[in-house]
Amino acid sequence: MIRVQEDDFDIGVEIAALTAEKTTIGGVATFTGLVRDMAPVDGADQPVSAMTLEHYPGMTEKKLGEIEAEANRRWPLDASLIIHRYGRLEPGDQIVLVACASAHRQAAFDACQFLMDWLKTDAPFWKLEDTDAGGVWVETRATDDAAAARWKRESEPGE
Amino acid sequence: MKILYFAWMRQRIGLSSETVELPADVATVDGLIDWLIGRGEGYGAAFEKRDVIRAAVNQDYVPFDHPVADGDEIAFFPPVTGG
Repeated sequence: MIRVQEDDFDIGVEIAALTAEKTTIGGVATFTGLVRDMAPVDGADQPVSAMTLEHYPGMTEKKLGEIEAEANRRWPLDASLIIHRYGRLEPGDQIVLVACASAHRQAAFDACQFLMDWLKTDAPFWKLEDTDAGGVWVETRATDDAAAARWKRESEPGE
Repeated sequence: MKILYFAWMRQRIGLSSETVELPADVATVDGLIDWLIGRGEGYGAAFEKRDVIRAAVNQDYVPFDHPVADGDEIAFFPPVTGG
């Protein structure tokens, strides 16, 4: 399931809903992304007072759906969930939730990592950070591309 | 044709979207960029680093030699930074 929303989410409520009445599930792996209070600007860490997440309505849902479908092709998942927020967020706020449920832990852990790695390079979101130096668009990191590349196969989501 | 701009490309152009009549001699994303750059300074600044930006046609990532047609939804944006 995919949700793109401005509102916050409650991880406990989400996991309970995801696993309700599915007693084949043996484990749920989750990742929650939070807004940090510091960010590198021109090589030096700067305090971040807020962040605004912009996205491409329509394409965001399409790409997240493709990424989730690919995870379900690769691993035997009983349930999966991606929630990504947009709009103005402050340090400590939740940005993203990925949850994968499976009979055994390895599929749940691996699928969760895969979803986060692909989401970082494929889902059309952009972060604008408010710093002392003004608004700064977050730049991509080479480590994010490398993290996504390790999952590459002949059939890649979104390409 | 509808064209969408995001993040710093939107800021530099000063528009989040516009509807344009596709010139007859524009056949690809690359050709569209060349034509857009001719429309003003903001466009020049937005498309300055052509090797950095990404393009989508009808909400799928495409290479710049991808064809464009009237009725397409084209989007230009910097590398994505969600998650």
